[in-house]
Amino acid sequence: MSVVADNVEVPVAVAPSPPISATPGDERISVASQWQLMWWRFRRHKVAMAAAVVIALFYVVVVFADFLAYADPFASDSQKTLLPPQPIHLFDDGAFRPFVHPVIGVRDFTTFQRVYKEDTSRKMYLQLLARGNEYRLFGLIPANAHLIGLQGNPVEGNLFILGADLQGRDLWSRLVFSTQTSLTIGLVGVALSLFLGVLLGGISGYYGGIADTVIQRVIEVLWSIPAIPLWMGLAAAMPRDWSVIQVYLAITVILSLVGWMRLARVVRGRFLSLRNEDFVKAAELAGASTPRVIFVHMVPLFLSHIIAATTLALPLMIISETALSFLGLGLRPPAMSWGVLLQQAQNIQTVALSPWLMIAAVPVTIVILAFNFLGDGLRDAADPYGV
Amino acid sequence: MVTYLARRIGLGLLTIWAVSVLSFVIIQLPPGDFVSAYIAKLEVQGTAVSQAEANALRAQYGLDDPMVVQYAKWIVQVVQGNFGQSLDYARPVADVIGDRLWLTMVVTLAAILFTWVVALPIGIYSAVRQYSIGDYFFTFIGFFGLAVPTFLLALVLMYFSVVIFNASVGGLFSPEYVNAPWSLEKVWDLAKHMPIPAIVLGLAGTAELMRIMRANLLDELRKPYVMTARAKGLSERRVILKYPVRVALNPFASTIAFLFPQVVSGTIIVSLVLGLPTVGPVLLTALLSQDMFLAGTIVLLIGVMTVLGILVSDLVLVWLDPRIRLFGHD
Amino acid sequence: MTIPDDVLISVRDLQTHFVSDEGTTRAVDGASFDVRPGKTLGIVGETGCGKSVTARSILRIVERPGRIVGGEILLRRAKGVVDLVDLDPDGREIRQIRGGEIGLVFQEPMTSFSPVHTVGDQVIEAIRLHKKLDAAKARARAIELFGMVGINRAAGRLGEYSWQMSGGIRQRAMIAMALAGGPRLLIADEPTTALDVTTQAQILDLLRRLQRETGMAIMLITHDLGVIAEMADDVVVMYLGRVVEQGPVDKIFHEPKHPYTSALLRSIPGVQNQARVMLPTIAGSIPHPFARPAGCPFHPRCTEAIKGVSDVVVPEQIDLGGRHVVACHLYDAEAAREPAAGAAREPTAGAAR
Repeated sequence: MSVVADNVEVPVAVAPSPPISATPGDERISVASQWQLMWWRFRRHKVAMAAAVVIALFYVVVVFADFLAYADPFASDSQKTLLPPQPIHLFDDGAFRPFVHPVIGVRDFTTFQRVYKEDTSRKMYLQLLARGNEYRLFGLIPANAHLIGLQGNPVEGNLFILGADLQGRDLWSRLVFSTQTSLTIGLVGVALSLFLGVLLGGISGYYGGIADTVIQRVIEVLWSIPAIPLWMGLAAAMPRDWSVIQVYLAITVILSLVGWMRLARVVRGRFLSLRNEDFVKAAELAGASTPRVIFVHMVPLFLSHIIAATTLALPLMIISETALSFLGLGLRPPAMSWGVLLQQAQNIQTVALSPWLMIAAVPVTIVILAFNFLGDGLRDAADPYGV
Repeated sequence: MVTYLARRIGLGLLTIWAVSVLSFVIIQLPPGDFVSAYIAKLEVQGTAVSQAEANALRAQYGLDDPMVVQYAKWIVQVVQGNFGQSLDYARPVADVIGDRLWLTMVVTLAAILFTWVVALPIGIYSAVRQYSIGDYFFTFIGFFGLAVPTFLLALVLMYFSVVIFNASVGGLFSPEYVNAPWSLEKVWDLAKHMPIPAIVLGLAGTAELMRIMRANLLDELRKPYVMTARAKGLSERRVILKYPVRVALNPFASTIAFLFPQVVSGTIIVSLVLGLPTVGPVLLTALLSQDMFLAGTIVLLIGVMTVLGILVSDLVLVWLDPRIRLFGHD
Repeated sequence: MTIPDDVLISVRDLQTHFVSDEGTTRAVDGASFDVRPGKTLGIVGETGCGKSVTARSILRIVERPGRIVGGEILLRRAKGVVDLVDLDPDGREIRQIRGGEIGLVFQEPMTSFSPVHTVGDQVIEAIRLHKKLDAAKARARAIELFGMVGINRAAGRLGEYSWQMSGGIRQRAMIAMALAGGPRLLIADEPTTALDVTTQAQILDLLRRLQRETGMAIMLITHDLGVIAEMADDVVVMYLGRVVEQGPVDKIFHEPKHPYTSALLRSIPGVQNQARVMLPTIAGSIPHPFARPAGCPFHPRCTEAIKGVSDVVVPEQIDLGGRHVVACHLYDAEAAREPAAGAAREPTAGAAR
């Protein structure tokens, strides 16, 4: 919102004298830096602020994945296949002591399905900050504390907060590690896109001429090709025997191939419109070198737009990776990502009986919504002409 | 304007050629070729294939020629309408694809139509009644549609239909029409099955277009010519619809152009979930088994249709905006 | 609800406010003036004084969040006197008046025409809205109007877009569109501000000629005193949404009574002024809309403010005779005699000389 009401022309000082009725607010605005202004505008966007918090929380999960997961995500157990989520009982005889009952699986001989029942004779109490598997915090510090565990009983094979998948693996732990993968793959992909986009878009916009024409035509051609067949082809081309890491990197490269085009267009557009501005000419005439003109004079003006565009590119990456993995063309087991988790949900009959297999859909939706709101908020805050 | 159109068409042709090359390259990318995949399959089943037999197979399929030659041969055939043989199905590609390709296009078009019909009025309403309850409600739905990946939506939809209705909403035809020859009843059956896929596919695009329309219209509503129209004595409804909406439609039209690749891509994945008889499922298996003529043709044809779709959108844009007609740009 | 016979439209104590989260802007805060048929009323004032909002209030096209919150706008119509404030803003009657009996010419003709419709299309639409003519006759009338405003090759021009025309032609087309309904009052909001001086002169000549030929009244809104001197019969001076002085143009220019008017006139650069002498300006700047001064809105910048009165009491409109009215405590006999205890006439701000 502008400080002056819409449609009342902004007053113009008639003579150079101290403003009689300037408020302290006016003073603050006139000396605030660009970033401060952006921050204030952004703060007003309540939804975007909330989204930022949500995303921050998700990345906390990424960093502390080992701590938040309680079971070994690879430990399969055919006795626990497709176990439904275990109900957590919060009160034990009136006191707040969460516990679960152990679950016994029995094969029903009429349907040949496994049927699970709680053994109410035994209680296993939940414990906060329990000892469990060994891992390395941040990849360096050995630790074995986990957020949740069972008192007196090993967690493995006993606790299934979100149920188990086809191989009897704990879904919660798998979900946590999947979050780690899905959210980082997006980052690497976007970083690559950013680099390519800014570089090529910048060349295109700043130098114009032949470079511009060529790059623009290439973008137009590539853009017209439907992405999925392209990705499918590229992904199918990956040798089956590549390691998880190699596949991970290859997928990121593939995903970046489309992302950079959007950014390149934005960057190019900005450079084009700024190149003819008087202040750029003034800088050039004053003898500033080309890098200085670009980085000191031009880039700060659209840096905020780039940030906003990048934030909006992330959800696209995440959706793409999820889709590819879902099809079996992206990450493959033993790697874990939301898409890989969802792969087991492809069979509608299985899902009808075990809907918890679709659990990965929830974080996907939340994260994408959050990034979109955040990106919108950043874009609004960065727009110098917005109200 | 003629130069503009000529440029767009020229670009379109160039794109189609690039698509053909890309399709071919993609098919060839995986190490080995169809014969090695075929041999692997046979070996799993217990049949061994000798090297001599393998070589003969390769010669038969022309797989021992250099890449460029293979491409040239293929392109020449395609242009003549011969799409080659599906190595996997041992039938002409045209047979395997059959109805699927144009069914893909029909579903795509239905989705895009849905998008237009829904996004436009809602976008206009949202802009004109900014900050009203309706605006917030539609904005929220818009975001939701944007956030949920299309195939997930399809998945969840299928789940609910199975669990609640005990019926599957998948497929484009009722069982009795699946293999039946084309007739008016079959077309009607298709139309009846179209809404769910169209909505699922169109939802993401609708959300995006709704927001773009709203933003564009909000920009235009502030402009002086809207006030001029009011000052002439036009009713509010005419003022909005005839002037700012018309201007706001222009960037809208060029955005539509890029809906095409998106929706086509979406169709491919969603078809797998909803069990639609489109090219998606076939493409996936063809890629995995390196059935190169089948996969290559599908990718090529999809690319061509997409480019055509974009061209049509460009034409619409020219028709809408006189500035492009006269200046060649806006 | 009556107005004198020799008045076409009478604005009485008009108040238009803009309400937003951050406060209420009183864009027009009690403006009263009359427009006489066949005469030109000039409304002059600095940017932000409320002149454009007044014009738009008359036609009831003030945008949200603006609303008319008080006052009357009395128009003499064939069937009697109508208060425009009472009419439904999207109703039939006001829409007949808009473009029909009252035409409006805007400041920026380029952006005031739709970029995707031809100018002819828009002018013909205006014609057919108010006259029952079929397409062919409307087109002929459009060509006629273009001729009236001095656009040659009128038939060809009809098919052009506003961005294909030069500034002068565009403004003429704008005027033609405003004349389409045969208005009795033409409101021109800064019609020449966006034009160069030569074109400005031409447009003003055109407006004068049209007034002679059609007998319509003109309400000319501008910040340019030179234009006022040339065109107006009567003048209204506005400041911060209020009318501070109004009267026949001669009286305003030769016997300005309000300190603001005097200061404005003093600040006009003149050919006879001494060279290398600083131009007189008005001290201070226009107050922030949310921080209006109490009492007389001009008092913080006035050299003759009366302490204890000007900063407390809002001045009334005082009739000085001969249609000359001023809102100033200097002419309020009572206030001059009894300033508040302990106060004296002293300046609260100096004028830069």
